[in-house]
Amino acid sequence: AAGMFLRLLSDIQWRAAHLKWRRMTSSQRSTSTAAEPHPVSLPAQAQVVICGGGIMGTSVAYHLSKMGWKDIVLLEQGRLAAGTTRFCAGIVSTARPVSIELKMAHYSNKLYQQLEQETGVQTGYMKTGSISLAQTQDRLISLKRIASSLNVMGIPCEIISPKKVVQLHPLINIHDLVGAMYVPEDALVSSANVSLALATAASRNGVQIHERTSVSHVTVQKGRVTGVETDRGRIQCEYFVNCAGQWAYELGHSGEEPVHIPLHACEHFYLLTHPLKEPLSSSLPTVVDPDGRIYIRNWQGGILSGGFEKNPKPLFTEGRNQLEIQNLQEDWDHFGPLLSALLRRMPGLEALQILQLVNCPESFTPDMRCIMGESPTARGYFVLAGMNSAGISYGGGAGKYLAEWMVNGYPSENVWPLDLKRFGTLQSSRTFLRHRVMEVMPLMCDLKVPRWDFQTGRQLRTSPLYDRLDAQGARWMEKHGFERVKYFVPPGKDLLDLDHSKTFYKPDWFDIVGSEVKCCKEAVCVIDMSSFTKFEISSTGDQALESLQYLFSNDLDVPVGHVVHTGMLNEKGGYENDCSIARLSKRSFFMISPTDQQVHCWAWLKKRLPDDSNLVMEDVTWKYTALNLIGPRAVDVLSELSYAPMTAEHFPSLFCKEMSVGYANGIRVMSITHTGEPGFVLYIPIEYALHVYNEVMNMGQKYGIRNAGYYALRSLRIEKFFAFWGQDLDAFTTPMECGREFQVKLEKGMQFLGQEALLEQKQNGVYKRFTMFILEDHDTDLDLWPWWGEPIFRNGRYVGKTTSSAYSYTLERHVCLGFVHHFDEKTGEELVVTTDFINQGEYEIDIAGQRFQAKAKLYPFSSLFTQRRRKDEVELSGYQRE
Amino acid sequence: FYLTPPQVNSILKANEYSFKVPEFDGKNVSSVLGFDSNQLPANAPIEDRRSAATCLQTRGMLLGVFDGHAGCACAQAVSERLFYYIAVSLLPHETLLEIENAVESGRALLPILQWHKHPNDYFSKEASKLYFNSLRTYWQELIDLNSGETTDVREALINAFKRLDNDISLEAQVGDPNSFLNYLVLRVAFSGATACVAHVDGVDLHIANTGDSRAMLGVQEEDGSWSAVNLSYDHNAQNEREVERVKMEHPKSEEKSLVKQDRLLGLLMPFRAFGDVKFKWSIELQKRVIESGPDQLNDNEYTKFIPPNYHTPPYLTAEPEVIHHKLRPQDKFLVLATDGLWETMHRQDVARIVGEYLTGVHHQQPIAVGGYKVTLGQMHGLLTERRARISSVFEDQNAATHLIRHAVGNNEFGTVDHERLSKMLSLPEELARMYRDDITIIVVQFNSHVIGAYQNEE
Repeated sequence: AAGMFLRLLSDIQWRAAHLKWRRMTSSQRSTSTAAEPHPVSLPAQAQVVICGGGIMGTSVAYHLSKMGWKDIVLLEQGRLAAGTTRFCAGIVSTARPVSIELKMAHYSNKLYQQLEQETGVQTGYMKTGSISLAQTQDRLISLKRIASSLNVMGIPCEIISPKKVVQLHPLINIHDLVGAMYVPEDALVSSANVSLALATAASRNGVQIHERTSVSHVTVQKGRVTGVETDRGRIQCEYFVNCAGQWAYELGHSGEEPVHIPLHACEHFYLLTHPLKEPLSSSLPTVVDPDGRIYIRNWQGGILSGGFEKNPKPLFTEGRNQLEIQNLQEDWDHFGPLLSALLRRMPGLEALQILQLVNCPESFTPDMRCIMGESPTARGYFVLAGMNSAGISYGGGAGKYLAEWMVNGYPSENVWPLDLKRFGTLQSSRTFLRHRVMEVMPLMCDLKVPRWDFQTGRQLRTSPLYDRLDAQGARWMEKHGFERVKYFVPPGKDLLDLDHSKTFYKPDWFDIVGSEVKCCKEAVCVIDMSSFTKFEISSTGDQALESLQYLFSNDLDVPVGHVVHTGMLNEKGGYENDCSIARLSKRSFFMISPTDQQVHCWAWLKKRLPDDSNLVMEDVTWKYTALNLIGPRAVDVLSELSYAPMTAEHFPSLFCKEMSVGYANGIRVMSITHTGEPGFVLYIPIEYALHVYNEVMNMGQKYGIRNAGYYALRSLRIEKFFAFWGQDLDAFTTPMECGREFQVKLEKGMQFLGQEALLEQKQNGVYKRFTMFILEDHDTDLDLWPWWGEPIFRNGRYVGKTTSSAYSYTLERHVCLGFVHHFDEKTGEELVVTTDFINQGEYEIDIAGQRFQAKAKLYPFSSLFTQRRRKDEVELSGYQRE
Repeated sequence: FYLTPPQVNSILKANEYSFKVPEFDGKNVSSVLGFDSNQLPANAPIEDRRSAATCLQTRGMLLGVFDGHAGCACAQAVSERLFYYIAVSLLPHETLLEIENAVESGRALLPILQWHKHPNDYFSKEASKLYFNSLRTYWQELIDLNSGETTDVREALINAFKRLDNDISLEAQVGDPNSFLNYLVLRVAFSGATACVAHVDGVDLHIANTGDSRAMLGVQEEDGSWSAVNLSYDHNAQNEREVERVKMEHPKSEEKSLVKQDRLLGLLMPFRAFGDVKFKWSIELQKRVIESGPDQLNDNEYTKFIPPNYHTPPYLTAEPEVIHHKLRPQDKFLVLATDGLWETMHRQDVARIVGEYLTGVHHQQPIAVGGYKVTLGQMHGLLTERRARISSVFEDQNAATHLIRHAVGNNEFGTVDHERLSKMLSLPEELARMYRDDITIIVVQFNSHVIGAYQNEE
């Protein structure tokens, strides 16, 4: 009965708002009466059809219509804001670890604040603030890291003592707290009403909204959206936006050409109580107790409290009818641990009477980040879903970015971390999703330390050498489903178990990676890099060269056998991809890109390459195993195995040649290592992989060869100031901004994508500059380690954030890479960043609130390259003479 | 030396088996929901056996426990063969003809039984041909006898028991050219086994019992409490009627020597059993068979030993006592167990422990706040209590395992004492038999809804 009561209650509230909206639309179009189920017939065509009338769909409609697109139809299978949105707890919190998510939440908060004024619909917006509690020092460190990012964004935020917590919220038991973070501007809203307000504004701007209309599938022709089929007929459209929430996966799979949207629903429980004797003030801050896995907000004089349990219950794995969302059961036994945590946090609530336990499914994604963007296979098919239970926090910002994306062709911020194209079909297995979300949901509350790896859904893509490497002590991480070695634990040694290895300080693998780095510097190491994305592009005539010359910024018309580092830039000159391309023959090219580019790069090129059957692009990622031989002795190993001279005269750097290694012929050898160290990458047809690996290891023995992993690679490339796409480089970074003008064919008089933007930057200067920082007063053993996303301060003023960092075993210092901006001291306007500006500053890096002095450099230490190499060569020749 | 709780659990659960009768269209039409079974050895190897099967050509389900003595050969043979004899006894004439014709013409045979076996329950491959031939002879005789009457379950059970025991005896007398088989049939005949078998078909429950294993019905009274109803009589010295029967069958002169120290002829605990030809054959026959038998048999002192005061064999029979019970909705479960359980636990305790275990499963039903006034503190208390209860009961997913845990680990207060459990389970092989017997348990759970529906029909 209590359940009925609540439902009635919210229905009444909803109807009130709903009627307002309905009245307004009917007066506008003067067609409908509220009694008829489908008063307005569907239009035969529209520019945009949005599916889903929750917070996401209405936000996209709102922003599209604000940006001037008017011909928009929003379809909702039930009623507006009836899905997850209706049950959502309504907490708008900006305390997010990922910077783009933080920006979205910040924008949402500002949007909701003025929404009631703009639309006249009550949104229940209340600026209560939020307190995130820390029961451990590690938790406090993670809160301090978030506080640092909030502060530089201009969002007020404070680390407070337990005593201050009590002043803000008298019910909290603080005896087990070490501190807390207070964000005074976080807010509460009625999420359903926010959605209705957005719908109201959108419909005022001309968006047509149709309830009780389900989309059965989306039609795609020649790779473009052409329309949607609904239970009430067909609508032709250019753009389709899938905002179907937890049904987005199924909707994506309903068409002939599936659009893979990897998300999976989990049950999510929260508790509602009757008011306290002395009803709680509606301005009381929201409490988040991540160590107790719960959140607590005030709700109608009582509390609303839910959480993210350790043993989540995934549901709808087989796909289900949406109506079932209404009938989900309360499960008190399941909620028990969270109730314990609640009463431990607020013991005074023991006598508070229960109103209801709400079961409100939320959808989760494989990497805990939401999904937005355009389908790689169907142009005009956009997606915004998978909010990992933060839909109301992200709703405003996410809708804005997606609308910009549709209208302008790109959003105003780097949304790659959220891009649908970071996933491929491989993350779309239901079993994978079910298992992964069971790990993801508890992670919402788990401590997020550097370098953690998902434990579920593993060993999906592996190199043929997987077992061999595993047997030699490999520890693995996963990228785009591919297992990659982090480092090798030497026999007899063992590391801490997973839970105990979590740290913000010096990790337990420090010495292991150190010895791998040393071996790369002094002898030779093998790193299996098979996960890299590999494409072959060839043509019958010059089509391949011509097309690639336009799509890539560096000159690819090089002699056959040469390898070119080049960006794949967008119109603004930003990096869509950063790759190495080898010219295999006059008419064919071999392209190496980062692992997670497999879907994005393919879609980018497919969209832009001419539709010519004589021009063929093939994804050959799976065909080759890549072994990276790094180190001064690599040349010896390879020349002994191939009976071919491999010295610099015969095999200069950035060179590519097919040759034999051991018995295996046709091994593609490239003199690059992705680290700046001397060496080669061997692209080996997979059936030869084991043979070549064995040969290399056997032959390498006398040169001190050993296995190494990506952590060593990472340390090497960062101390050499090598930028990696996805970490340091993104679609908003140009070659000019990271000192790579030499990789751009500006002087050659050739047209290429992004050229104009780069020319302008060349003339007018850049507004940010990729810079290397060496931490000066940082104690590797005792201080917190940098990770990425740390604010950079120049002469005490915020100028940017780091993008990656590593300990340099050569410099015996920490190195951070990041971008320096120049904000005008008074206006905050962005100014041109000059070399002098960089060189003439005193820098500090903020790690969890503690600032460390840093030396800025625009160019790598030359001593790390040439001198050492020459010295090695001298030593080498001496050795050979003996 | 101390076993951790997980080690204890892995010992207790090693032989557990559960079967759930499959549901059709969401409705379970069988009066049996399913059964749990388990065994805990004390002998090495264990001499108990268990069997469970669904009759495919007639309706009904067969379940049985078999307690072997003087080795496990007889119990093994009975556990493999008895249900076939029962099933065949129950078959109508036409089906028997059909089966015989199929065998004759080499066609595929209609399957008679669907076995529900734990991976450790095995069938001896070597003897299957021999066993099959004996069985075929039996059904050929049934065909010839064709009484034309519908088969009475009681009679079928009695006939099957007697016939199998007869076949065991005959096979040993005839022998087999294959020396392995020859030794096997002799071991079967010279060892012994009791049998307690249940046949459930709708509301008709028949228990056929030979020996001192026991069948017990768990009944839930109107007040929710549990009581036990015996559905078998132990055939041993404690059963006066049984002592009377034995005395009736032999001359007055033997009255004193028949039962000594509560044992038959001062030797055998159960008063009825399969095999045990030492108590059935004449002395001449025993001597002849042993002398012509293989050396291993000759070397065995036990087989060569003739019971004292052995004048008028047979002293032992495999004929079962059959009890028929019409199932009622309050009859919730049936426990079949060898004497290893009943030695350590009173049937009333068995009824209570199993009953509470099974309803504990139902206590799993979700809590709903509904319109009640519940505070957070009350709910918290309730949930904590439920968790505590669940963690003790749900250590076991199998009612038979739960019962064994109690049988072995109960302290004087009737609750499981882990230390005691650990000690009992870590006894060395030689000592284990002194402290406990092999225990074999089958717990059959009934479907009260189906049984209620049957009742209403009648």
